[in-house]
Amino acid sequence: MSASILNRVRRGFYLDSVALMRLSRTLASREGIEEAALMMGTPANKRIMADARLLDAAGDAAGGGDLVIAIRAVDPKSAEAALAEAENLLRQPRGGETETAAWRPRTIRAAVHIASESNLALISVPGDFAAAEARKALRRGLHVMIFSDNVSVADEKELKEEARDLGLLVMGPDCGTAIVGGVPLAFANRIPQGDIGIVGASGTGIQEVSCLIAAGGGGISHALGVGGRDLTDKIGGITTLMAIDALESDPATRHVVVISKPPAAAVVAKIVDKMKASKKSFTLCFIGAESMAISRNTAFAPTLKAAAELALGGKPSARRFDPTARATRVPRERRRVRGLFAGGTLCAEAQIIFAAAGEKVVSNAPIPGAGRLGDESDGHVLVDLGDDAYTKGRPHPMIEPAVRDGPLMNAFNDPTTGVILLDVVLGYGAHGDPAGHLADVVARAGVLRPIVIASVTGTESDPQRRSAQVAKLESAGVQVAPSNADAAAVALACLEPD
Amino acid sequence: MADAKKNSAENLLNARPAVINIGLEGFARDLAAQGVPVVHVEWSPPAGGDADLAKLLAKLGA
Amino acid sequence: MHRIDQANQEALRRMLAGEPILVDVIPAAKAIPSLKDRTILHAGPPIGWQYMCGPLQGAVAGIIVFERWAPDLASASLLADSGAIDFHPNHHFDAVGPMTGMTTKSQPVMVVENRTFGNRAYCTINEGLGKVMRFGGNDAEVLTRLAWIRDLLGPAMGAALRDKGGIRLKPLIARGLTMGDEMHQRNVACSGLFLRELAPALSRTVADRKTLAEILSFIGGNDQFFLNIAMVLGKAIMDPVRGIEGSSVVTAMSRNGTDFGIRVSATGDDWFVAPVEMPKGLYFPGFTAEDANPDIGDSTIVETIGLGGFATAAAPAVAGFVGAGAASEAANFTRAMAEITVGENPGWTIPALDYRGVPTGIDIRLVVETGIAPTINTGIAHKKPGVGQVGAGVVRAPIDCFKQALVALAARLGVT
Repeated sequence: MSASILNRVRRGFYLDSVALMRLSRTLASREGIEEAALMMGTPANKRIMADARLLDAAGDAAGGGDLVIAIRAVDPKSAEAALAEAENLLRQPRGGETETAAWRPRTIRAAVHIASESNLALISVPGDFAAAEARKALRRGLHVMIFSDNVSVADEKELKEEARDLGLLVMGPDCGTAIVGGVPLAFANRIPQGDIGIVGASGTGIQEVSCLIAAGGGGISHALGVGGRDLTDKIGGITTLMAIDALESDPATRHVVVISKPPAAAVVAKIVDKMKASKKSFTLCFIGAESMAISRNTAFAPTLKAAAELALGGKPSARRFDPTARATRVPRERRRVRGLFAGGTLCAEAQIIFAAAGEKVVSNAPIPGAGRLGDESDGHVLVDLGDDAYTKGRPHPMIEPAVRDGPLMNAFNDPTTGVILLDVVLGYGAHGDPAGHLADVVARAGVLRPIVIASVTGTESDPQRRSAQVAKLESAGVQVAPSNADAAAVALACLEPD
Repeated sequence: MADAKKNSAENLLNARPAVINIGLEGFARDLAAQGVPVVHVEWSPPAGGDADLAKLLAKLGA
Repeated sequence: MHRIDQANQEALRRMLAGEPILVDVIPAAKAIPSLKDRTILHAGPPIGWQYMCGPLQGAVAGIIVFERWAPDLASASLLADSGAIDFHPNHHFDAVGPMTGMTTKSQPVMVVENRTFGNRAYCTINEGLGKVMRFGGNDAEVLTRLAWIRDLLGPAMGAALRDKGGIRLKPLIARGLTMGDEMHQRNVACSGLFLRELAPALSRTVADRKTLAEILSFIGGNDQFFLNIAMVLGKAIMDPVRGIEGSSVVTAMSRNGTDFGIRVSATGDDWFVAPVEMPKGLYFPGFTAEDANPDIGDSTIVETIGLGGFATAAAPAVAGFVGAGAASEAANFTRAMAEITVGENPGWTIPALDYRGVPTGIDIRLVVETGIAPTINTGIAHKKPGVGQVGAGVVRAPIDCFKQALVALAARLGVT
């Protein structure tokens, strides 16, 4: 029975990726529809649609700035009806009908005209267009936070050099988190104001450290994201160095935490020079790097948890967490941990802790020394579900927890797995109730399931409220540890022989 | 036009963020809910998606 | 700052510095020496007789009879068809004309002088509403009225204007904007203000009481009388903006019922044309979209200077008539135009927008970038010649004109 494939291309039509996914779901759930997708016509997206047997010649001809509506139905009539609904849904006035038809500017230029005191542009358009928009923002004197990924290295370099000449910050590309003056930008948490500044190449890294600082009774002045590639040789740490300078001049900041994967040596040298010349104190958290001694005012932290503790003044937390106290031993045949992470840096931190304990680990995003997923059948499996390979054409697990359900059920049904390790990330931008969703899935797993250990990255002031989320998890029988590092430690403790 | 000199990185940290949001509308909603000044741009690909014209526009300083 | 931006600032400066004064009414041949026998100026970019739409051909036939180049309409059409008539755009001779825009040697034209730059512009006098040559009307009633305008109204207006020393037009526009006019579809306030300005001088210079009564009644009974004045002051303001090196500001927009044409400052007198679009609007009883003629007229010079569709926020009544609904939607038309213009006119402000100035200086780069084409508030003619206006609505300038202009501008600047 051959299915009916129908595509419609809307030239130059843009709707954000989250809105498009919602529309895709609505269409896909229609009677007679096998599959449906609304995606911008980038080469990568067209490949996804072709692989899903959704693309025809019309859709294939679409460009990166065009919207493709792709439908596969049991018969032509259902396909046409679905297309008609899609067109109707796209016609709905954007921005909700509750607002009186207020004019929404179409360009940065018009927006600056309306709001001339603006100082920051937050850019999350498709990667192909992000650099051009960032350039326009810089030329209008705005700092820029580029949430979009898939921006070329060449564009990033050019933007950051131009921005440096103008004295403006480019946070990103691929910058998911920033907090300026207490205001969470994109995916970030509400953290009490304090004297610790953060400069981070990783979004969830910033989130974990800032939340742990809050839990430890401290606060942050600002958290500046720099984008995942800023500390590579090609970019040379332009934004990182500017961010350190800005925090140096900020009277509210006493101590600065720098979070990144191990940077290129030349870049490290530049950062070290800055710190040596500074009157403030620093914590360097190069996740997975060998410890290094730098200067009297600098400490080195191998994990996010250690970074938060050092930033707080090295004071051990009031109730020192004992992982063994909560650990339940698993039988030898179930001596495997499966970690399913929404935050890539949290996955990396868990791998570091496992490696330090001498445990063998495989991952889709392995730290140096860990195995690649698929190469080996034994070892613990720690997966970054937010990795590009998993999120093409699908929402990020932080936005939509349901994408973790499949792998989670597989883990529950694996007889060799004794412990499941999870991260739950709260804050603005994240799902409204990730713990609630997770609790439901865990409840369905049955009594003889693996132990589930989770950490909750968040604060009481976040929309989801950390304590409420923790309570939901604990009611469902999930063990909640105070940090991602502690959760990994509990998992390890479960592997100890009786 | 925001004055670049006035809007140095130091000043960004001293002042409250006033945001122009382009792309995912959820970010603007979150900021508005917290009372942060934000303008959401109803963005669409420049030149209706025509890449050649968009490139020309960029060169002509648009 | 990019050199185009600098050039555009100069264009805006010139637009805002213009000082249009209505100084006189004189025969067209005196204003435009090239206007000889069998020369007809029409609205829009260049077009040949065989491509003209119904109303335009109807008007041409009518004006040929009026000028006595043929005895009747049938032979007038044959004459036009034979190639014996010289057709040129009004714009090529410092003139503009609404809808069909017929300008010929013996018709009186209003003269506006731009005191700042010394240039002059011309436009015929508005014939009134209903069955008029502007909409392709060409019967005895139409020609009789044109004769009255030539013999009585024109000379009387001229004498009154000279007696007054001219009328400054920018203040009239400023007041009209606060009274619900946008100067394209709605001119009733400015028409009233104009009559107040002119009536005392008319009463001084028109000796015959009956003629004076006819003139006051004619002007006073025409809500759209000021349209032609708004158009000619627009032409006078824009002409000095032509030819600024590197400027992407639009200096003219115009339609001939078949093609929509624009001119851009840096590219001088080049026309960039594309097929006109159909207006969308409301129709008078008995008429539907089926009856509509495509977009026509030089009246889009009004949008070119920031009025008409650009000032819709000042005229919520027009917004309703053209189907836009609430007053807040009317404001959105103006805000949309602010996306594609270089600046604002601080002398022409709109109370409903907290006295923001009308969006001024259309930048072709912004039109192409945003896909927002200039919005025009226009009358809709019947597609058959001689029937007249059947409705009013909104039409957009074709985006293709601006894309062509952009490519030409880039070539001129050596940018590929």
